[in-house]
Amino acid sequence: MEHKIKDHSNAAARFLKDEERATWHDETLWFVRSKRDKAAQQLPEWESLREMASGIKAHTLSHLDKYLLAFEAKAKANGVHVHWATDAEEHNRIVYSILAKHKAKNVVKSKSMLTEECGLNHHLESQGISVVDTDLGEYIVQLRKEQPSHIVLPAIHLKKEDVSNTFHECLQTEKNNFDPAYLTNSARIVLREKFLEADAAITGVNFAVAETGSIVICTNEGNADLGVHSAPLHIACMGIEKLIPKAKHLGIFLRLLARSATGQPITSYSSHFRRPRKGQEMHIVLVDNGRTQQLGRKDFKDSLKCIRCGACLNTCPVYRRSGGHSYHNSVAGPIGAILAPNLDMRKNADLPFASTLCGSCTNVCPVKINIHEQLWSWRQILMKEWYGSPAKKASMKAMAFVLSRPRMYKLSGKIGRKIMQWLPGLVNNRLNPWHKNREMPQAPRQSFNEWYEKNKR
Amino acid sequence: MISSREKILKAIRGCELENKHLPSLNFGECKQEDLLAKFSQTLAAIGGRCRKVGGVEQIDAYIQEAGSKYPCIINAVSELRGFNIIDFVNADARTLASTAIFIVRGSVAIAENGAIWVTEKNIGNRSLPFLCQHLIIVVTEEDLVVDMHDAYEKNAIDIDGYGVFIAGPSKTADIEQSLVIGAHGPLSLEVFIIESSSNKP
Ligand code: SF4
Repeated sequence: MEHKIKDHSNAAARFLKDEERATWHDETLWFVRSKRDKAAQQLPEWESLREMASGIKAHTLSHLDKYLLAFEAKAKANGVHVHWATDAEEHNRIVYSILAKHKAKNVVKSKSMLTEECGLNHHLESQGISVVDTDLGEYIVQLRKEQPSHIVLPAIHLKKEDVSNTFHECLQTEKNNFDPAYLTNSARIVLREKFLEADAAITGVNFAVAETGSIVICTNEGNADLGVHSAPLHIACMGIEKLIPKAKHLGIFLRLLARSATGQPITSYSSHFRRPRKGQEMHIVLVDNGRTQQLGRKDFKDSLKCIRCGACLNTCPVYRRSGGHSYHNSVAGPIGAILAPNLDMRKNADLPFASTLCGSCTNVCPVKINIHEQLWSWRQILMKEWYGSPAKKASMKAMAFVLSRPRMYKLSGKIGRKIMQWLPGLVNNRLNPWHKNREMPQAPRQSFNEWYEKNKR
Repeated sequence: MISSREKILKAIRGCELENKHLPSLNFGECKQEDLLAKFSQTLAAIGGRCRKVGGVEQIDAYIQEAGSKYPCIINAVSELRGFNIIDFVNADARTLASTAIFIVRGSVAIAENGAIWVTEKNIGNRSLPFLCQHLIIVVTEEDLVVDMHDAYEKNAIDIDGYGVFIAGPSKTADIEQSLVIGAHGPLSLEVFIIESSSNKP
């Protein structure tokens, strides 16, 4: 049923209706991106760190079976229970059965995009278990019955007025008190109580170390630790791509992660869980859910290097002007648009087209994933499968035709520049999907090629 | 029936992945800088506070003064007065939730990012660094290292069941990107650095 398929550009058009908010969203994320730049520029070794991180991930992925087995053996020796889940459904079933065995009714969860991807909350709630997302941003969207719109900043689409209204409704905070400190403190009071009464804590995993069998979780709020250390049961859910070989490799990834995400030198807490505390039970669920399939796709397997820093979202001109919810996928933005079609090609066929292919994502990615090239490759596959809408199909086809012929490309650029100088209305019209809410840039008089020809010695 | 474990491993092996070598790690020359100055500067930037002291007596005095304001202090540094963690090792989280100040020994302090490695062995009870309202970490000048790589060289994370790099108090910017210090965890972090040539705690 064609009309049921969600479409990024329609959703983006809805987001853009509130022009002021869209501009604010755009500027806020650009601000985060600038903080990332500053942090990166302070390390002369930044590029070599990216290089090493990318290489370590490539190596680990190329021996993933061995590293998973080594990790499992170590974790078991540490007294941790290890489970394997092929898909979201099995993951949810495993988590539920552990909770049921412990008769756990109240669960606190710390930010985990994987459980989001698997729809865990819904599954547990339908079985009568209460799940509270304890990351402040996730807590806010949970109270609003929304999804996170960003993998690191879940409530970035909301203004403080929205949060204030939600808290007033759900937590009885003062009406019209918009002070972020007041609102944060109100959530703190409620959530600290939730931590203390929890029967179980569910967390995600940032890194899993094969050498030691330990998992590392990074937060700024301390919510993962508060939950895990209070509850008698800890369940950590991780995608199988989170593995790294050795503890010393953490030095590289932890230097890159927070700087790329928010520009902080490191998150407030980087917690290394190796053994359960006395009297506690600890479980790790290793989840595939499409990852081995992606690993088998030559053009896309590198997307599994992703450490979920969010930098590619913050820098993406399309993400910034369309918001995370337009991506109708748990992971939004450029990386989400690569991961989503792997899981469901038909449902997510529009996402690789939600990009200008400007390459900014690739430039900021701390593990050097060739994000924009992969988006381009998905387009090729999806076009072949005839999933695009007729307008996009035609323009993409023209683009593919032009880009594959360098002389044509030069010529079309020349013509394009002339057209934009003489007849801007022709480009700035409704038939051009990139024109929506956007002034087309001023066409330069000279292309780089022309300039180079003239100026080279 | 083939288990999910076997299924996943088989799927990986079916991918016919080309062998990629583990890159050798090279972090360049270690910068010789004033680690103490760099550490306090970085810590201040992430919301913590750093005090250089000559010896443990100065910390004792500070805690004694704080004690008049905050009755509930848990101290896990045996060289300091008021060492009482033994009474709380097995306490449950609810009992500890009213802790005003927790004092703990850190083992490595990183100049580049202001993080301090705190391990289970020194914490006594894993909940405490997170449930307390104010956290105090005590390190010596000898514990300072340049960066994360240095930190992992100098400490084996496989010895203890739990360990954490703590960098500043808990914080959040989830509401309109405005930074709020004191999210769910501690509202403040104070680091005492005992200068070398004085007593080690
Ligand atoms: S793809 Fe790269 S930039 Fe984007 S979230 Fe993943 S690691 Fe970060």
